[in-house]
Parts: sequence; structure tokens; C-alpha cells
Amino acid sequence: MRSLLPILTVLGAIVAIWYFAVAPMNVRVALDQVERSGATVEPATSVERRATSVWRLMRNNSEHVSVGYALERPRLPTPTQVGQELWKTTGEMVLRGRALSKRSLILHGWITLKSTLSGFVLGTVLGILGAVAIVYSRVTRMSLMPWAIISQTIPIVALAPMIIVLSSQLGVEGRGLPKAIISAYLCYFPVLVGMVKGLQSPAIAQLDLLRTYSASGLQSFLKLRLPASVPYLFTSLKIGIAAALVGTIVGELPTGAVSGLGARILIGDQFGTPLAIWAALFTAAILAGLLVTFLDLSQRLILRRMGMPS
Amino acid sequence: MKTNPVISAQNLSLTFQTNDGPVHALKDVSLDVDKGDFVSFIGPSGCGKTTFLRCMADLEHPTGGTITVNGTSPEEARRNRAYGYVFQAAGLYPWRTIGGNVRLPLEIMGYDKADQAARVKRVLDLVDLAGFEKKFPWQLSGGMQQRASIARALAFDADILLMDEPFGALDEIVRDHLNEQLLNLWDRTNKTICFVTHSIPEAVYLSTKIVVMSPRPGRITDVIESPLPRERPLDIRDTKEFLDIAHRVREGLRAGHSYEG
Repeated sequence: MRSLLPILTVLGAIVAIWYFAVAPMNVRVALDQVERSGATVEPATSVERRATSVWRLMRNNSEHVSVGYALERPRLPTPTQVGQELWKTTGEMVLRGRALSKRSLILHGWITLKSTLSGFVLGTVLGILGAVAIVYSRVTRMSLMPWAIISQTIPIVALAPMIIVLSSQLGVEGRGLPKAIISAYLCYFPVLVGMVKGLQSPAIAQLDLLRTYSASGLQSFLKLRLPASVPYLFTSLKIGIAAALVGTIVGELPTGAVSGLGARILIGDQFGTPLAIWAALFTAAILAGLLVTFLDLSQRLILRRMGMPS
Repeated sequence: MKTNPVISAQNLSLTFQTNDGPVHALKDVSLDVDKGDFVSFIGPSGCGKTTFLRCMADLEHPTGGTITVNGTSPEEARRNRAYGYVFQAAGLYPWRTIGGNVRLPLEIMGYDKADQAARVKRVLDLVDLAGFEKKFPWQLSGGMQQRASIARALAFDADILLMDEPFGALDEIVRDHLNEQLLNLWDRTNKTICFVTHSIPEAVYLSTKIVVMSPRPGRITDVIESPLPRERPLDIRDTKEFLDIAHRVREGLRAGHSYEG
């Protein structure tokens, strides 16, 4: 509860700045519309206005600035407009019993969520296995780690279309699998790095102690290294799931995709409907927030049960 | 009739190769530890006392000489779980309760569940921690944590207890109390204890045999058989006998240092 006030303050500031920014961002479009409806604006033509700064336009046409807050296709929609569009594409659809229609962001959000989760699971498993290999073998430590780092320097937008093309060449139907692979590609790295650190976190004395018990390698892994890495794992998972969501959305961007939040963003761009883009963007943000919160709560619960309150 | 020593080192040497050249952590160290002995190793940093203890535990490998534990090689003794080792830091697992920490060696060594529970209860009683089984380490004081780590070393009934400055990080009052308890425990269990320390009073109070060591190269300069009785109340530390031994230890430490020139 104590953290609520600062969060709300920051949120309030963001919304306020956003509302103020709408006026200069939309003033040109607003004046074009006002001009078409027959009213006089200063300067009179669109061409002249292009050479004038937005601040001057706002000063000269202060009575028309408010039009910018209710445009159908704004450069920057107001928070209210985005909220209305979100409601129209989610809650209202549910009320009308069409929760899974093609225009519903619930459907697209669900499609993105499915790919994100499968990519997250795949990436986490690969990350953990990679970390175990790196911690337990000098050969993999020398060979795998540099490649893991190099893999993250390749822009995912360049790689995503190739993965989609290649997987369709291999006869994979649909976008589910390639999207999951792209999202796993982004997600495995933080898990790998965090787990390597976590598995190596036990002090020498703790490893020596197990040696005095003649513990086997498997025993020291299960009883010491693995539990010691749990706090590190959760921190990585929170970064990983956000990366997985970004990966999925990037996987939905290349032309041809028709479903998923990424596709909605692309379609909104192509059809000039900024409200659709913003609504999809916010759905993605809310989704990410929910996923990270869920992981955060599980982290608290599990660490408390392990006697390690954070 | 003299029984075979529990631990026997003959001309034991250990040289670490470092970038600054070889470091002689131990050089020609010979010592016998008999069953039921309480042996303290005392000396300044770098005298090899911890290294010596780690050689007994097969955590370091000597580069020269021989050492036997229970008549076997240290490695075999380790595999036979012949000793319990107590480190300077309690090193309890934060995700295990006190009971869970004491159970750790028992789980690894494959004791059955009922036996595990009985042993945990018994050793926690022994170190005065009954009732703390379900607590987590962070809920206990430093002294209590160290007692839990001693219980952990006692849980599987090894005859030898190797202790590396177990009370080094604790304050004087807690340390006195734990020393008293340790003597009591030693008396009741008849274990052989090797104990590394920096403190002269601690060494004299606890030991039947005090091994004074000195650095560069790490070696033994004096071995003192203590004439003090097994029963030792804390105020024995004010007797003349006690102070005489303490004096001899101090002399030994000083003699070791004079080699440096």
C-alpha cells in the first residue's frame, strides 16, 4: 500500500504530460479539418501552415486547439480516446457476446499470450540447461558463452522474418512455432546469465562442506547449487518474460500475419488508424505488467516458503 | 599398551605454486593425535594450521610426506565419513530450517527418515538448541548458528571432529560459553577433536595437547601436553598452571617469529 502513492503520482504526471502533448501534436491535423469545414484559420492553407511552428499555430488559432482532442485519426490520441478504444475492443465485445471476434483485442491478446508463454517455457528450459552446461563443463563455458552473447547482438527484427520463412520451408504450419522460437531467442539469454550466476553463487566453504560428506555431483547440484540459484532465477524470469512478449510481437510484425497484437499494430499502421495501434500497444503493456506481477508474486511466495524473505 | 594414533603425519609438506614463486604452507610437519585427544593448533596467519587441518580432511593434497587418518589415507577416511568438519563461518543453508541443515549430511549419506529425525533431535539437544528445529538460520544469533553447524558435524557420529576457528567471529562472552559447552560435549562423546584457533586462552582452556606453529615455512615449533585435568571450570583460567602453559605457548609463538629476522 505504501508504494501505491508514488506509483499513482508518476502515473498522474505521465497522463498530465500526455494530455498537454496532444495539443501541439494534433494542431496541424485539427486545423486542416477546421479549414475543410469552412472556418477561417491562420495561416489559411495547409502548405503555409507546414512552414509555421506548432506553437505559433496554437497561438494564432487558440479557439480551434480543442478540436485536436476529438479527432478521428489523431497523430497522438488522448488517454481518454485510447481508453475508449480499449473498452470498445475488449469489454464492450464481451458484453455483446463477441469476445473472440476478429476485432477483439481479447482474441489477439490471447494469441500473443499463448506464443509468449510457449516461447517463455522454451527459452527458460534452454537457458537453464545452457547454464548447467556452462557451470559444469569448461568446454561449454569456453564455447557456449561467447555465442550466447553474440546471439543477442543480432537485431531480432532482422532475424524474425528469416525464422518465419525457414520454418514454413520446413513445412511448419501457421505462425505459432516460429513466433515461440523468436520469443525464446530473446528470453533464454537473461535466464542463462542469471542461472550461471546463481549456480555459481555458493561459497567455496559450502562446496567444501559437501566434499567432506563425500556428496555426489548430483547431490551437490540438487541440495546446494539449485536452491541457491532460485532468487537469481526469478529475477531473470521477470526480465525473460518481458523479452518473450517483445519477441512474440516482433514475430507477429512481418507482413502476412493477421492475428496477434503485433499484427494489430502493423494493420493499424497500414490503414492509418492510430487508435487501433495505441489500443494494441496498451494491451501488450497491460499483458506484460500482469505477467511480471504474477512472477513477482510467485517469487515472494516461494522465497518465503524457502525461508528467504526478500 | 599404546593404541595406534587416530591421525598421524610424518614429514608432511605442502607447497603451493603461485605467480610469486612457491609458498611453503607446510614443511616437514610430524604429529600424532591419539584417540580422545583434544588438540589445538595455534599460530599466526600463514603458519599452515588451517592447511594442516584441510590435509586431514582431504580438502588439500600434501606435496610431500605421509598422513593417515584412522590408519587410512585422508581420501579413504573422507569416503568413510570418518570426520565432521566445522568451518569458520557457520555456512548454514538459508533455505533450510535449523533441523533441515542438521539433516543435510544425513540425507546425503542415505540415513532412513526415522533415524534422521531421531539424530537431528539428539544432536540439537547436545548443542542446547532443542526447540529451534523449525527456525530458519536468520532467526538465530551468530553463536546459535555456529552451534547448529557443530550439531550438523556431529549428526552422523564421526569419531573425529575437525574445527577450523569455529568461534573466531564471535564475541568474548559467547565464545567462553561455547568453549565450556564444547568441552562438555567432548567429555560426553569421547571424540577426537582437532581445533584451529588464534586465541591463546582458548587453546589452553580446551586442549589436552597444544600445537604451536609458525609461518614461512609453516611448521610446528612446540607441542605442549597439557597437565590440566579433564574437568575444567571456566575459572581454571586464573590458576598458576593455566598461566604457565599460556606463557609457554606465547614463548613458542615468539620464538617462531624470531626466525624472520
